[in-house]
Amino acid sequence: MRLEITEQKRPELSEAAKAEIARVIGHYPEGRQKSAILRVMHIVEEEAGGWLSPDTMDMIAEILNITPIEVYEVATFYTMFNLQPVGKYVFEVCRTGPCMLVGSDNIITYIENKLDIKVGGTSADGMFTLKTSECLGACGYGPMLQCGEEFHEFLTPEKVDELIEACRRGEIKGNKVI
Amino acid sequence: MGRKLLLEHANVPGIETFDVYRKHGGYTSVEKALKTMSPEDVVEEVKTATLKGRGGAGFPAGMKWSFIAKPEGVPRYLLCNADESEPGTFKDRYLMQYLPHLLIEGMIVSSYALGANQAYIYIRGEYMFVLRIMEKAIAEAYEKGFLGKNILGSGFDLDLSIAPGGGAYICGEETALIESLEGKRGNPRMKPPFPAVQGLWQCPTVVNNVETLATVVPIINMSAAEYIKIGTEQSKGTKLISASGNLVRGGVYEIELGLSVEEFIYGDDYCRGIKDGKKIKALVPGGSSVPILPAHLITKTANGDQRLMSYESLSDGGFATGSMLGSGGFIVFDEDQCIVRNTWNFARFYAHESCGQCSPCREGTGWMEKVLNRIEHGQGNMRDIDLLADINKKIEGNTICPLGDAAAWPVAAAIRHFREEFEWHVTNPQEAVTRNYGLLKSVTA
Repeated sequence: MRLEITEQKRPELSEAAKAEIARVIGHYPEGRQKSAILRVMHIVEEEAGGWLSPDTMDMIAEILNITPIEVYEVATFYTMFNLQPVGKYVFEVCRTGPCMLVGSDNIITYIENKLDIKVGGTSADGMFTLKTSECLGACGYGPMLQCGEEFHEFLTPEKVDELIEACRRGEIKGNKVI
Repeated sequence: MGRKLLLEHANVPGIETFDVYRKHGGYTSVEKALKTMSPEDVVEEVKTATLKGRGGAGFPAGMKWSFIAKPEGVPRYLLCNADESEPGTFKDRYLMQYLPHLLIEGMIVSSYALGANQAYIYIRGEYMFVLRIMEKAIAEAYEKGFLGKNILGSGFDLDLSIAPGGGAYICGEETALIESLEGKRGNPRMKPPFPAVQGLWQCPTVVNNVETLATVVPIINMSAAEYIKIGTEQSKGTKLISASGNLVRGGVYEIELGLSVEEFIYGDDYCRGIKDGKKIKALVPGGSSVPILPAHLITKTANGDQRLMSYESLSDGGFATGSMLGSGGFIVFDEDQCIVRNTWNFARFYAHESCGQCSPCREGTGWMEKVLNRIEHGQGNMRDIDLLADINKKIEGNTICPLGDAAAWPVAAAIRHFREEFEWHVTNPQEAVTRNYGLLKSVTA
């Protein structure tokens, strides 16, 4: 993955996030704090509005006492991390075999039309980003999408409509707006 | 209905809490192992049970354990592989979501057997909601004295924590998992040295799948001698099967190994047949990387024997007419599904997930995806089909880890059994774009 530079100042971490970071670093022996990197990146990404800017990654390097490149190389390897700004809600629709067999292609097209965006894009109002994902481990319950930490399974166009409405009403946990 | 050794209490309300789990016989294997058995006894018991790794490779767990190096003064680690990412596989998620204490219990006994005082669960990042369930259960186990210092007064200490991944299939490969747990990119390591000698932070390490570790619990509780009475000659005990695709009732099932494939697909206790009254066209029995089986080889082997859900029966006939039990990711295709489209879909998955370290895999998976993409979209030619076979041969066996093989096998098998469907896409380019091959021609049982 290419690392495009988009500027965003590092977030101010909440006390809860700081405590959580200290807790997860504590799972590893002295000097092995780098092992906590993925967990710390998940925590900081949430604090930073759902994506990681280079400046934010530099902050993670400082927290873990490692070099910035060690964070960049991890960030560009693992697909869960957003390295560009995203909408308040990110829909990741599983597109792999078992979900495709039960109609994930139709769900992707339906969302594209409904929100007037293409896969990878964010709606004009900044509310929704649509992504596709490889197998999310819900094969028996497809088609499905992940939004935040939640899985939404056995999707139909009606269920997608309901989910979008619930997001608009603020009933679903979305990314922090920074 | 066969016996359930893992999921027996999965539907009990509150079973995810320590108290309810304990009330239903939870943690008795820890008491038995720590109070009445030596670590070597536990290893022997798991060896006698002939427990095969449930993650996909099927390597005997007891043997893996016996390889662990025991240099003086060097810590040993047990890692639980919960990176479940093989398309078609979702059993470990089910087990952790509903029975988090079963995994913890299995990990305590297994750590005791290995002499590990620190264990980690590496769970895929997308399962963050499952991680939170597991963390809650781990905290309860600490509180009740089943984790931490001097467990049950035995003198055995164990710390357990859970770490999320970041979205990378390759981290299910054990050395990539170790790299990832060290905070690095998930590039698999060269073997040897094997993790049993140099694993996490260069210390002796065992990596086992979630279901494998959970299965240690019934083995210790009922004894290996009883456990091996269940199953077939070469496949003992029970197995979790993740059923998906065009089934009336997909989901996670615990089966006794040796159940017939026919009963599993059509039986009332299991998947209840193909959705919408359609016919079955193909089956991938063990996760996306195992060979696909055409209709006539699903319920019967090439010799006409009944096909069973077991390691040996599913692989009967080798790759020519058989497949593999693998991870138990059981994907069923109805008569309207297009094999070319599915093969392209899987190839795209492997191209996306190749870590890029070995050129045969990095380039080869990308080329397979491109060539299959053009066949599926009516722009292929006949030579492309042979080209795929050629790329396949150049990947297989030429990479550090098995991802290359996993990418090559399904393509080879699809061409082996459904060549005419690939050819149809080439000779009918217009229709290949506008219509689904499966809708034009069905292969029936």
